[in-house]
Amino acid sequence: MTTPQHSVVQARPATHAAGAPAIEFVGVHKNYLSHGETVPAVKRTDLAIVQGEFFSLLGPSGCGKTTTMRMIAGFEEPTAGQIFLDGKDVTGVAANKRDVNMVFQSYALFPHLNTYQNVAFGLERRKVAKSEIERRVGEILEIVSLTGMEKRSPREMSGGQQQRVALARALVNRPRALLLDEPLGALDLKLRQQMQIELKRIQREVGITFVYVTHDQGEALTMSDRIAVMCAGVIEQLGSPREIYERPASRFVAGFIGTSNIVDGHVERTEGGLALLSYTTQDRVVVPVPQSVRTGDKLEVSIRPEKVDLHRTLPPVQATGGSVLSGTVTEVVYHGTSTNYTVATAAGADFTVFDQNASNADDLAGRGDRVYLTWAPQHSYLIGV
Amino acid sequence: MSRLKRKIAPYLLVLPGGLWLLIFFAVPMIAMLSLSLQEGDIVAGYRFTGHWQNYTDSLSAYQTQLIRSLIYGAVATILLIAIAFPMAYWIAFYGGRRKGTYLFLTLLPFFVSFVLRTLSWQQILADEGPVLSPIRDLGLVGPAFHILGTPVAVIGGLVYNFLPFMVLPIYVALERIDPRVVEAARDLYANPIITFRKVVFPLALPGVFAGVLMTFVPASSDFVNSEVLGSSETTMIGQVIAAQFLDNSDYPTASALSFVLMVVLLIGVFTYARILGTEDVMKVAAR
Repeated sequence: MTTPQHSVVQARPATHAAGAPAIEFVGVHKNYLSHGETVPAVKRTDLAIVQGEFFSLLGPSGCGKTTTMRMIAGFEEPTAGQIFLDGKDVTGVAANKRDVNMVFQSYALFPHLNTYQNVAFGLERRKVAKSEIERRVGEILEIVSLTGMEKRSPREMSGGQQQRVALARALVNRPRALLLDEPLGALDLKLRQQMQIELKRIQREVGITFVYVTHDQGEALTMSDRIAVMCAGVIEQLGSPREIYERPASRFVAGFIGTSNIVDGHVERTEGGLALLSYTTQDRVVVPVPQSVRTGDKLEVSIRPEKVDLHRTLPPVQATGGSVLSGTVTEVVYHGTSTNYTVATAAGADFTVFDQNASNADDLAGRGDRVYLTWAPQHSYLIGV
Repeated sequence: MSRLKRKIAPYLLVLPGGLWLLIFFAVPMIAMLSLSLQEGDIVAGYRFTGHWQNYTDSLSAYQTQLIRSLIYGAVATILLIAIAFPMAYWIAFYGGRRKGTYLFLTLLPFFVSFVLRTLSWQQILADEGPVLSPIRDLGLVGPAFHILGTPVAVIGGLVYNFLPFMVLPIYVALERIDPRVVEAARDLYANPIITFRKVVFPLALPGVFAGVLMTFVPASSDFVNSEVLGSSETTMIGQVIAAQFLDNSDYPTASALSFVLMVVLLIGVFTYARILGTEDVMKVAAR
C-alpha cells in the first residue's frame, strides 16, 4: 500500500518523454521457488525513482528490497511486470547491457586486479580509448580520495578503502543509476558515519541517481531524498524521511522507523477534527482525525517518544489541551543525550518517553514513581488513514 | 619449563613426519644414487666404482622412450585440462546441493584398483571388443584399424586414470570464487565469454597449476598404461625402468634412468613454476 498523496503510478504513455523517471517498475512481481513452493519475494509493485534523487529501499531482511534492486541491475528477472530505465523497457535485457552499476555489499572487487584495473574494468569493456580511461579513472579516484592507490591489490587495502574502490568502479562508468546494496554494512560505526556523509557528497558531486538498499533506518533517514519502506514484498510507504517518520502509514512503518508508541482505542466523541479516546476518567488520547471517523470507531494512534512530556503531578487540563495518560515508571535508562523512561499506562504497558537531558537536573522520576504523560493533539498520529 | 615446552612442541609435531621422510624417502634416494654409480652384474654382484657412464649410456640407449614419455605426459595433461575444467566448472557452479555427490562420482573409479581398471580398458578397446567390432561391422573403419597398441590408447588411459587429480584442484579454485565477483563483471558490461576470460579463468588458474603438477609428473613416469594398452611402439620410460629393475636385474641402469627422469621432471616443474608461478599466473591472465 502506498500513501495516495505520494503515489507516482500513472498509466504509461505510449512514448517516453525526456522527463521519464530514472527507474520505473510497472506491476513488477517476483516469485521464488523454494523447496518446490512458490514464494513471492516482491508483490505487484509500481514504483518510480526520479532522476538524480537519493532513493532508499528500507526494510527488514527478507522484505524484498534486495530482490527489487537485483531486478533493476538485471540479475533477477521479474515473474510479471515491466522495468523501465530512462523510459526504455529493459525487462529481459542482460545485466551487462543495462546502464546501471552496482556497489555490492561485500564489494566483490576483482581479487586478481589492482585498484586501477578494477576501476577501469567497465570502461575497457565499453572500448573507451586508453587515454580517456586513464583520465576518468584518475578523476574518480580523486573524488573517492584514493589517488596514489592505483597499484594496490584489494587484499592490501582496508575495508573502507575497498568500499571506495567499489564505489569508484561503478561511478566511473557514469551510469544512469547507481545501485548500492547495504554498502556500509561491513564497516564499523565511526567509518560508517563518515562514509554516509561522503556518499551524500559524492552523490551531489556526480549528480547520479542513487538507489540505496539498507535495513538501517537511521542511515536511510539521514541520507535519502525519498524512502520506500518495504515489508513482506510490499512497499508499505513511500515518502520523504520526514513524512515517513512523522506520518507513518502503517503500524509496521511506525514500529520499524524509530521508536513509536502505538495505542488502540475506541472513539468516545469527535469535535473540531479531533477524536477523543478515553481509557479512564482522566486518561485520554486526543488525535486529529478526518471527517469520516465516527463515534465508536476503533483507531490506532502512533506517538513518538520525544514528543511526550513527563510530569510528577497532574498538570491542569487547560495547560495540556491534549492527551493525558497516567502510569507507573517501570524502567529508566540513561542514554547520555536523553533519558528513556518506560511507563505502564492504561493505554499500553510499554509506553516509551524520551526526555532530553537539557539541564543538569537529576532524573525526572525513578522506578515505581507515579507519573503523568502529556502531549499536544498534533503529536498523535492516526495510522493507516 | 612451559616456555621450553612451547619451544619444543612444533619440533615434536614435525618429528613423526620428519622421521618418515628420512627413512622412506632420503635413505632410498641415497641408496639409489649409490646404485646408479655401481658396476657389475647380477651373478658377480654390483660394486660401487663411481661409474657415471651409467648415465650417459642409459640416456643414449633410452632417450626415445624418455622423450616419448614427456610428450605423452604433456599431451595427456593438456587433454586433462580441456576435459576437467568444464567438469569442475559445472560441478562448482551448477552442482547445487548435489556437489558432494558429483565429486564422489568423479572419485568413484578410485575404489577399483588402478591396474584392474586399465585392464578393463584393454578389453573395451580390443580389436574384438565392444567398441571396435560394431564400427568395423558397420564398415566405418577397415580391418587394419586398431586402437589398442597405439599412442591414442596409451594417452587415453593416462587421461582416464588421472582425471580426478585435475578435476579436484580446479574445482576447489572455482568453488572459492565469490559469485558476486562474477556478477560484478556482468554488471560492468562483460558478456558471459569476457566474464569467463577476464575473471573466472584467471581466478581458477591456481587450481589448474596444481592440477598440472599432480598429473604431468605421474603421467610422464607412468608404467602401467603403456604396458597394458600400448605396444613396443609406445614404450614409456617408466616401463623401461621397471623392466631393468625387475626383469634384467640391471639395477645401476634402472637407478640412473630414475634419476634422469626425476631431474628432468624437476627442471620442467621448476621452469613451469618460474614462468607461471601462481601469483604471476593471475597477473599474466589479467593483461
